[in-house]
Amino acid sequence: MSFFLETLLGGLMSGMLYSLVALGFVLIYKASGVFNFAQGAMVLFAALSMARFSEWIPEWLGMDNLFMANVLAFTISIVVMFVVAWLIERLVLRHLVNQEGATLLMATLGIAYFLDGVGQTIFGSDIYKIDVGMPKEPVMMLESVFEGGILINKEDFVAAFISALLVVALSIFFQKTSTGRALRAVADDHQAAQSIGIPLNRIWVIVWCVAGITALVAGVIWGSKLGAQFSLSTVALRALPVVILGGLTSVPGAIIGGLIIGVGEKLSEVYLGPYVGGGIEIWFAYMLALVFLLFRPQGLFGEKIIDRV
Amino acid sequence: MKLRKLVVAASVAAIGFSAALTAPAAYAAEEQFFPVLAYRTGAYAPNGAPWANGFVDYMKLTNARGGVNGVKMIWEECETAYATDRGVECYERLKGKHGGATAVQPLSTGITFALTEKAPVDKIPVITAGYGRSESQNGAVFGWNFPLVGTYWSGADVLVQHIAKKEGGFDKLKGKKLTLVYHDSPYGKEPIALLQERAKMHGFTLSLLPVAHPGVEQKATWLQIRQNKPDYVFLWGWGVMNSTAIKEAQATGYPREKMYGVWWSGAEPDVKDVGDGAKGYNALAMQHGAEPNAKVVKEVLEKLHAKGQGTGPKEEVGQVLYMRGLISAMVQTEAVRVAQGRYGKGKRITGEQMRWGLENLNLDQKALDALGFAGVMRPVHTTCIDHMGSGFARVHTWDGKKWNFSSDWYEADQKVLRPMVMLASAKYAEEKKIKPRTPEDCKN
Amino acid sequence: MFYRENGQFKTSYKSDQQIFPIPQDRWLILAIVAFAFLGIPFMVDEYLFRAILIPFLILSLAALGVNILVGYCGQITLGAGAFMAVGAYAAYNFLIRVSGMPALGAILLGGFTAAAVGIVFGIPSLRVRGLYLAVATLAAQFFWDWAFLRVKWFTNDASSGSVSVADIDVFGWIVNTPTDKYLFCLVILVIFSLMAKNLVRGSIGRQWMAIRDMDVAATVIGIRPLYAKLTAFAVSSFYLGVAGALWGMINLGSWEPAAFSIDRSFQLLFMVIIGGMGAIAGSFFGAAFIVILPIFLNQILPIIGGLFGLEVSIALVSHVEIMIFGALIVFFLIVEPHGIARLWSTGREKLRLWPFPH
Repeated sequence: MSFFLETLLGGLMSGMLYSLVALGFVLIYKASGVFNFAQGAMVLFAALSMARFSEWIPEWLGMDNLFMANVLAFTISIVVMFVVAWLIERLVLRHLVNQEGATLLMATLGIAYFLDGVGQTIFGSDIYKIDVGMPKEPVMMLESVFEGGILINKEDFVAAFISALLVVALSIFFQKTSTGRALRAVADDHQAAQSIGIPLNRIWVIVWCVAGITALVAGVIWGSKLGAQFSLSTVALRALPVVILGGLTSVPGAIIGGLIIGVGEKLSEVYLGPYVGGGIEIWFAYMLALVFLLFRPQGLFGEKIIDRV
Repeated sequence: MKLRKLVVAASVAAIGFSAALTAPAAYAAEEQFFPVLAYRTGAYAPNGAPWANGFVDYMKLTNARGGVNGVKMIWEECETAYATDRGVECYERLKGKHGGATAVQPLSTGITFALTEKAPVDKIPVITAGYGRSESQNGAVFGWNFPLVGTYWSGADVLVQHIAKKEGGFDKLKGKKLTLVYHDSPYGKEPIALLQERAKMHGFTLSLLPVAHPGVEQKATWLQIRQNKPDYVFLWGWGVMNSTAIKEAQATGYPREKMYGVWWSGAEPDVKDVGDGAKGYNALAMQHGAEPNAKVVKEVLEKLHAKGQGTGPKEEVGQVLYMRGLISAMVQTEAVRVAQGRYGKGKRITGEQMRWGLENLNLDQKALDALGFAGVMRPVHTTCIDHMGSGFARVHTWDGKKWNFSSDWYEADQKVLRPMVMLASAKYAEEKKIKPRTPEDCKN
Repeated sequence: MFYRENGQFKTSYKSDQQIFPIPQDRWLILAIVAFAFLGIPFMVDEYLFRAILIPFLILSLAALGVNILVGYCGQITLGAGAFMAVGAYAAYNFLIRVSGMPALGAILLGGFTAAAVGIVFGIPSLRVRGLYLAVATLAAQFFWDWAFLRVKWFTNDASSGSVSVADIDVFGWIVNTPTDKYLFCLVILVIFSLMAKNLVRGSIGRQWMAIRDMDVAATVIGIRPLYAKLTAFAVSSFYLGVAGALWGMINLGSWEPAAFSIDRSFQLLFMVIIGGMGAIAGSFFGAAFIVILPIFLNQILPIIGGLFGLEVSIALVSHVEIMIFGALIVFFLIVEPHGIARLWSTGREKLRLWPFPH
């Protein structure tokens, strides 16, 4: 029983991280209809920027305060992600308005290649450390209830908590602020939004900036866990089933989808894996999403797709 | 307008391309050419780059020492990004340059498998020091493969011997639980056959936990380890998978002292960003470990890095993977020397002659000491049938700051390895319709 | 001036319905094919064969398969690599397990196996659409990647999971030199391209295109989506399977599932989109672009660096290479979202009027 709970908790916590990456996908898709495959590359780019600046800044300024270095590096990385977002809108998206989904998808893949190249050129291709003081050692809980207790990974716990905070903050941003309202208007109907004077281009820049920030947070969390390194760009592939399961256009969908996928893949790996040789979690996540799609082709919370001739 | 510009651009590009392809092949009789298939980018760059730096540095050092009987080493790097098709393209691109490649070292099990098919046709030996396919130790079938100094089977064998010694004898292994966490690729699967054989012999149970490329998602793997509580965990990872595994071990509270990595999972990039969390983690040392005090390292620092001619950062010289590159280049250089001894001193040798050199390598301790490898490695002696030459290894442990040796030398048990090698290579020979060489064939 | 159709009158339906109704086109294509058969084998060296031409031919075939599904039937797939893998491993198993199996037969059977698997994985397309389907096809990719690593039977119990085949024998012709391999792939590619061209011109091709343009409307005029979509999956997977078998047995000789990884799937989709969706010729343009460009950049960059007296490290070269690759893809998509094939036809329109544009 305690092991089942541990697996479940592990799944929920990974799921929270997937949600964070999935959120980046959903935000951009909602506002601009672009399925942004470059989200993984953005996570990598942000993580590299964070890792390297937190290493460089103490060298440049000759200070020895880890906390200040991290704060400064985080601020610089936000600026960097803003610049990236602005450039993407300016140089790519603006010229591809009204193209087919597949073309836009390919364009973001092109951006992903470009970002991978630039990131490694500027920041190097070694493995870098992000030290934001995350606790690494596990703790045991509920030892009185279960024999041996439940092992909780503090780092995962903190990470899940931060992701949850970010999700709440974004929801408020979308619901309560005027920019958020404009974003939702654009998501509903581009032309109608334009006709009431909402500047499309600016909205897109904002959305990409927000996606950049979620990428940065995801990058810092994953990077502090695994080290900032090229493989981070593959987390996008883990977040894809989350996006389609939850629905491409739904923020709550990204969160619930993340939790379902996280729990599903961990449970399957631990309980089914040993019978078929292991290593099944990645395709199991996709199969799980596919099964859900067969019942709800637009994902759990996606907008219903209506065909008109 | 756009169209016209595109057409012009395309034709300029096409002309440039043909120019690039027909770049003059400078041919000089007194130079020995080696392609360097490296990876300094992508998911495995942190581990690929130091190896390549060591490899190139040793060739520079050889030239600084005056070459092999006056013959200079020349080389060209090509980026494979650890991808098989890029590696094959690199090989095809470089194999004919500068009068032909002497030998090739792919540093990837996947590329090794692909090149194994091409080597006999092109007559270029494939040197895989410490990796590649284990059965290629059998030179009778794999005439062009040289897994010098160690294969995954010899490595796995030594690890089992080590834990047996720790437990107090092979009979104590009975009933123990051993888990192999491996990179889900031909590389990671290589040791399975040997470990299963050993498990049968000594009665320990072996469970297998594959980790998908690139190895950043291991939570489920380590949850299973936490549940099974194995007595030992063997780690067969590469690149970021290694450090992730150690971090997950820390996060699930598995003692690092009971973890043993193969020699590709025991270098500085694997542990340095884990720091204290990796304290006590053990890994196999493919003879050498981190050797900052070796004579050859001092020579590299003095002759190359002091003059600004070194490859890569100075701090890296003497680290584990750097040393592996150095040794890989050293055995190859020494094979050139052996071949020259037969085919003419101071002359350029061909790939076929190089093979003879590799098959008659006899590096005794005196020769190694003279080259500056005293204390770094043990003698290597190859024959036409045995392409491995040496099955020695030891274990080193990370103390939070550096790698320290924590065991004596072991030698892989040929009584276990040999039958497996023969069986696997016979199957390969049958599949590919190869007639194994006999000792008579070796003479010429 | 040379490309004018004035005075060419079609006097029968047969001549109007030819594959290339304009004689200039016909002669051009014939000349290219003849040159590929008779000219190239005597002109190029081993490197070009092995590193560029053979991969180009095989990947063109695969891109053709993807184009049928994505370009003609409108079903985006990110799992193309998986069907290549199925083809390769099926062909391998037919070859070694069935005694006396001819190599060509094994390759074709590999294609048919892939087609069967394609139909199974095509079933969700009846319900799931667009980007949802694209992501769902990744399930096939990851599943088969896993299956070929894990199920020992597929790899004939090879301890490392890597398989290899001897030189193949086609009716007594041992295909082992680069020229042989090139010619063998070329023959297959020509036959399959002709088949594809005829398929998309025929009734089934028109059904696919109707589904692509709007599936509800297509259903209304009496096209069965089940039949149309699943045939597209089957034909596409067949092409991919054959291409996969060739990739493994002819190009690599020894392979592991990583040869058909998700990167391969993306690469194929790139070929189709850069080359031109819904155009047979686009598959060739796209394959040429994607195969040659990285290799070209990789070799030209150090030379360019040399011109400016810079020593360029290979790490930098490959970083700049992927940057330029990514940038060029975006550039092409912006300049011509319909692919190189559209550029080609625009060029042809211009040629018709040349040298008097008005």
